[in-house]
Order: sequence, then C-alpha cells, then structure tokens
Amino acid sequence: MRSLDVRAWILSLTFLVMVLGAWEFAVQAPEQTEAQSEYELLMGGAEQEARIPPPSAIAQRAWEELSNPFYDAGPNDKGIGIQLGYSIYRVLSGFFLAVIIALPVGFLIGMSPLMYRALNPYIQLLRPISPLAWMPLALFVIKDSETSAIFVIFICSIWPMLLNTAFGVANVREDWINVARTHELSPFRTAFTVILPAAAPTILTGMRISIGIAWLVIVAAEMLVGGTGIGYYVWNEWNNLDLTSVIFSILMIGLVGMLLDLILTAATKLVQYEE
Amino acid sequence: MSQSFLQVQQLAKRFVSKHETLTVFEQANFTIEAGEFVCIIGHSGCGKSTIMNTLAGLDVPTEGVVIMDGREVSGPSLERGVVFQNYSLLPWLSALDNVMFGVRARWPQWSKDEVRTHSLRYLAMVGLAGVEQRKPAQLSGGMRQRVSIARAFATQPKLLLLDEPFGALDALTRGVIQDELVNICAETRQTVFMITHDIDEAILLSDRILLMSNGPGAVIAESVIVDLPKPRKRADIIHHPGYYTIRNHLVDFLVNRSKTFTKYSASVEFPMSVNPLVASGLAVKQSSQPNQISVEQSTHVNHLENA
Repeated sequence: MRSLDVRAWILSLTFLVMVLGAWEFAVQAPEQTEAQSEYELLMGGAEQEARIPPPSAIAQRAWEELSNPFYDAGPNDKGIGIQLGYSIYRVLSGFFLAVIIALPVGFLIGMSPLMYRALNPYIQLLRPISPLAWMPLALFVIKDSETSAIFVIFICSIWPMLLNTAFGVANVREDWINVARTHELSPFRTAFTVILPAAAPTILTGMRISIGIAWLVIVAAEMLVGGTGIGYYVWNEWNNLDLTSVIFSILMIGLVGMLLDLILTAATKLVQYEE
Repeated sequence: MSQSFLQVQQLAKRFVSKHETLTVFEQANFTIEAGEFVCIIGHSGCGKSTIMNTLAGLDVPTEGVVIMDGREVSGPSLERGVVFQNYSLLPWLSALDNVMFGVRARWPQWSKDEVRTHSLRYLAMVGLAGVEQRKPAQLSGGMRQRVSIARAFATQPKLLLLDEPFGALDALTRGVIQDELVNICAETRQTVFMITHDIDEAILLSDRILLMSNGPGAVIAESVIVDLPKPRKRADIIHHPGYYTIRNHLVDFLVNRSKTFTKYSASVEFPMSVNPLVASGLAVKQSSQPNQISVEQSTHVNHLENA
C-alpha cells in the first residue's frame, strides 16, 4: 500500500505525459503525400498555416533561455532572468509601499469603529477599480512609466491588506484585550504584544492575496508601459511571432507566481497559532 | 468597618433604554478583609460576572463605588489579578511566556533573568515544571487553567479575582486544582474573590459565601460564614458535622428562596450575615471575625423572623 502522496505524484506525472503527448502529436504538420512543386520546396512545405509549437520545442527553448538567463544584448534582447527580475522588483516595491500604508491604516480602522465608518465608503468605492484604469492618471501625474507601474501595483495590493488588517484587528478576542487591560499595558504595547500577534495570521492572509493580485497585474501593466519586465517580454515575443517564447514565458510567470505564494504561505505558518 | 480592605457600596447595573430600565442587580454592598477568601454564588443572569468585572475595573457600574485599600477602583490595575473562565492565555505564547507576560508588565525594571526565574517558580508552584515551553493548545484544560492561575499569582496582586475558574474542567481535574488552590492560598494569604456554581467548591475554599437572589433586580441576599476549621481537605471536610448544615442552607437558598428574595425581603441592610452552624447549635462562637459575632446573631434572628 503506497502512501497518498506517492500515488498523487504518479497520477500527476501520468496526466503530464498524456497532455504533453497529445499536444506534441496534435501540432505536427500533416505528412506530405504528393510531390512538392519547386515553389513549395522553396517555401518549406505545402502547409503555410502557423502552428502552436510542440512541447519539445518549448523545452528546448527553456533550456536555452535558462542556461543563460541574465544576458543583456540590447533593449530588445534580454535574458528571461533579467525580465523576471524587473517584474519582481516592481511587484515587491509596490507591495511593500502598500504594506507601509495598509498596516497602520488597517490598525486604525480596525480599532476605531468611527474611522471604519468614515473611511469604509471610500474603500468600497476605490476597491473595485481595475488597477490598470489608474495607469493614464499615474502616467500623467508621475511622468515616469517605471514608477507608474509600481504605483499600479501599490494601488491593487493595498485593498486586501487594508481590509484584512482591519478585520483581524477588529476581531481580536475580547478576552485577550482584557488580559492586556488587567496588566495595565499601554495602548502602544497592547498593539504590539497582543493585537498584532493575534491579528497576524489574518494580516498575512491579506498579504498573500495582495501579492497574488500584484503578480497578475504586473504582466498587464508591463504590456502597457513597455521597456522591460516579463509582461513586456510576452508582448514583444508576440510581436516577433515567437510563440515558443510566449509559451515559455507564460510558464515562467506561473512558476514565479507560485513561488511568491509559497513564500507568503510559509510566512503565514510562522505567525499562525492554534487556539 | 471603614477599614475593610475592599468595600463595595451600593453597586448597581442597569441597562436604560427609551422604554424601560432593566436592572440587573442593585444595592450590592459587601466588604472583603485582607486574606479572606470570598465566593459568590447565584443563578445565571444575576450579575455575578458584572460584579467581578467591576471589581477588576473592566466594567463600569451604573451606580455605586468599589474602594480597595482606601482608593476607588476606576480602571483595571495590576493590583487586581484576574483569572478568566476561559483561561484567556495568549495562544501564540508558550506557558512560560504567558506567565512572563504578566511578570514583565508588573515589574518592567526587572532583568530578563529575574522575570524568568520568578515565572518558573510560579509555574512550578502550580505543578507545571517541565511543560513550560508548550503552547496552550498543547496543554489540557486543567493545565491551561493552572498556567492562568500561575500568571495571576506571579504578579502578586492584592486581590485575586477568579471567574468560575474551574467551570470548564472535569470533576477529577477540578478536585486536584481546588486542593492546589487551598494550599497556595494558605501559603500566600492571598485575598480572593471568586465566582462559582459549585456549592461544594465554595464550601471547601471560602471563609464566606455571598448568595445572590435571581435577576433581574438581583441583590446580594446573604453572606454565609463558612465556620469550618482550616486548612480543609476535600476528603475530610464532608465528614465534618457542620458540612451539610452549611450545604443544606446554601441549597435551600438557591433552590427555594433565591426566586422570591427581593430587596424588600429584609428589614435590615443586606447582605444579612448568616452562620448556619450557630443557627443549628453546632457552633456558638469562634468565628474567624470575632467582631462580627454579635451583629451576625442579631441579623440572624432578623432573618428567621423574615423567612
């Protein structure tokens, strides 16, 4: 009797092989049955339709790109590592700016029902706005595409953190607050030694949602602002009609997104407590 | 009596709405002397917890004052340690850190080593040496309550408030911790005010038991003196001839009289001081508070006339 883990792995691999096999088979050009004309031979075959590249070609491209990820051969030709690096840099900058604002404001809203009622309408109004809708305004005000992209990340990652912080702080168990009160803790010490650890799992969950959204948004934002980053890279390769690179970079976006999520999950586990 | 360690005067809690005023309890008057162990018993909804929270400074009464050690209670203080019913340990801290949390708050100027040594001593006192690094979730209910008691004792409060501390524990564990509490209180001469639902527990631990009538509009009807020799042992105390006299008195109040007792039931200022042993002839004097004997006997006569 093998463990569930082992069986799950086997099944996963089976699915992978099946899907990749079907893909590889489906995108093959049809066999040439008739003799080709001279023109057809010159053009490389009778079938002129462009095809999605097979997994083998993508694997080969991945090998090439990943064996030299940080090369820089001019503005239009940079390694995948450099492009991903730009994107991660923007996501983290916007994300940490959002942390700096969202945590204190979330604490304020969570601790003061008055502030919650006063600010809630604005939060509810601003939250559903697609972050990309801010882009023209950001470009006009900031006048720098790089910073505008960071601003867009900031604005999209602030809401889940703000709301989760407020929720976590507002819902700290009354008993724990009473423990702080009976021990005559100052408001400042209460915030740091009781409320913060109590709300930390909720806050970290908000951060995890935020970084997920930020990573979704950065690709679209970089397609708009251009220049560098994985979003720009995808769009550039599409303009180059290099679908192999497009698919490869799609996979890389998924991989990095997964890693960011894993890091935040690990951080959440650190502050998690059992009641 | 103005020198009593704790004085509760004319305490009342009312909820006033547009249409009506709901009085939870009123005219609560009692005192606690230093070193005394006082329990309060009453049915749910009579406002016991509100009284306790008021003593702790966590709740504000509608009327009345609480004076401890000559000063009015106006907010929570480290002078009054509280053990909550649901333990109220901080779940992200280990047992030791929970105790250290209290000790650090009490003596901010202490070094980390002093805080640690002091905390470990109190954890050992409640029999928890060896599990101090465990988180509350990894401890049994009884162990958690011990940590909570250690935290409260470690801050050496002048008054310890216990809100049904053993309510959530099984009978066996409760018995063991009750015994420990008897010993610790005997050693430390701690002044304690405790809410309980358990009559036997109250008799085992208390010098005096306050009986509350049913809410709304509850009052503290009687102050029953538990005139049994100390130190008491759970196994021996039930064989004392006075045990069931006291127990029957309490049960009679809770089952029959608490329903009908109102603030108009007594002609004297209540709570009436009652010593069931004197009433039944099992004891004549040797009250723990000699100055109360005459008062006690006269009010007791009053009580009989009213009953």
